[in-house]
Amino acid sequence: MAIRIPQFSPADPNEVLRPVKGWFVAATLLAALALNLLPLSGYALTLRPDFLALAILYWCIQAPRHVGVGVAWLMGLAMDVGDATLFGQHALAYAVLAYAAEYFRRRVLRFPLWQQAAQVAVLLAFCAALVLLVRVVGGAPLPRWTYFAPALVGALLWPPLSVLLQLPQRPVRTSASL
Amino acid sequence: MPTLPADTPDFFHRGPSPAARLVFFALLSIALMFLDTRFRYLEQVRQVVGVALYPVQRAMTLPGQAAASVAAYFASKRELAAENDALKARLAEVGAAAQGVATTRSENERLKALLDIRTRFGGAALAVQVLYTGRDAFTQKLVVDKGRDAGVAPGAAVVDADGIVGQVTRVFPYMAEVTLVTDKDHVIPVKIERGGARGVMAGSGAGRAPELRFMPPSADVRVGDLLVTSGLDGTYPPGLAVARVAAVERDTGQIFARIALAPVAGVDRSEQLLVLGPSAELPARPEEPASAEGEKKAGRSRLRRGG
Repeated sequence: MAIRIPQFSPADPNEVLRPVKGWFVAATLLAALALNLLPLSGYALTLRPDFLALAILYWCIQAPRHVGVGVAWLMGLAMDVGDATLFGQHALAYAVLAYAAEYFRRRVLRFPLWQQAAQVAVLLAFCAALVLLVRVVGGAPLPRWTYFAPALVGALLWPPLSVLLQLPQRPVRTSASL
Repeated sequence: MPTLPADTPDFFHRGPSPAARLVFFALLSIALMFLDTRFRYLEQVRQVVGVALYPVQRAMTLPGQAAASVAAYFASKRELAAENDALKARLAEVGAAAQGVATTRSENERLKALLDIRTRFGGAALAVQVLYTGRDAFTQKLVVDKGRDAGVAPGAAVVDADGIVGQVTRVFPYMAEVTLVTDKDHVIPVKIERGGARGVMAGSGAGRAPELRFMPPSADVRVGDLLVTSGLDGTYPPGLAVARVAAVERDTGQIFARIALAPVAGVDRSEQLLVLGPSAELPARPEEPASAEGEKKAGRSRLRRGG
């Protein structure tokens, strides 16, 4: 009797991963959008990471043929409506984020997960800074420094999220093969 | 060594390069932002995407509600008894006040009939629940669970038990967006209840106190004064509590005093809100002299929108 064993550790660089399924990418993006729409308040709202930006970043790095600038832009539009913000600000930020991820993906993938997290923090902060720039040009007041806290929280979530989203692509290991 | 011809076909056809796509989508975003801020052409698009997102948004409020109902189920008997006592005391207090209100209202009605003053606010109101507070760090907005379907109209005033919370600024079929009085772009005409002096209260954004603007340093304003809506904008019914004066800084070198306010309503706390019905039409404005027409009109429409 062969039982499938999930592996809760990052994939070995030599391990050959199975191709990503399109529906899985779509489902995770939708789940991330839903998580972003969670009604939160207080500290939870201040610290809430941008799950959608994380998911877009992850798929742009791991599966650039599935998620690119266009998909990121569309998800950004959905986020703008959900957040009741200026139409196009998240779309612009996510499109730039997706481009940066595609540009840096080979470099990022060479590092272990915790070092990837540091680079992700920079990318997420850049994404937030872009939104800040757009809004301040539009006449909005400057927010407090906690505006950048979600980028750090998002970076902390990167290692567990990477392991989690990699699970379906890991080659099947069964109890018979042990 | 043979060289490859310049027009070698790609092994994998991938369409335009990422940089080209980025430029295309970035320009599209900037165009969208421009159209959204300057012309508001995109309300239809927003409505469609809003309706599509609605099930997701509703689904995501369920975990919180479930947690709240579980917490309520396990609330101890003592807590419930204490809450019951507090509510009874409050009921007695409110009941006494309400009796006074009934007589005052009837008296007021007779006096108004005598004076032939229009009743500006009919009292029609709709109870709504806050779905979530706005996540945008730059504006002060929240989303409530009733929309056009339930008769919420843009511009309607939103209050809680203590006073004005804000104004409906965008209406979706099943939801509505409320801009809070603390939003940077929100302005309400108010008057000081004690002396009757008129002014405008302007929000200052998250974490900053709203201000009472354009009051001369010699104005009769004291810390603790209650500000009520003056009703001059035709949006907010007159006489609703808005804020209390928190600090007054008079500097005779400046043209205006700096007056910091604290909203009386639970602007960032209240969960249950009331959307007030449209106030009765104000009488038409008298004709302006032709010379000042353009300038006056611009100023008026800005005031009418409620900021």
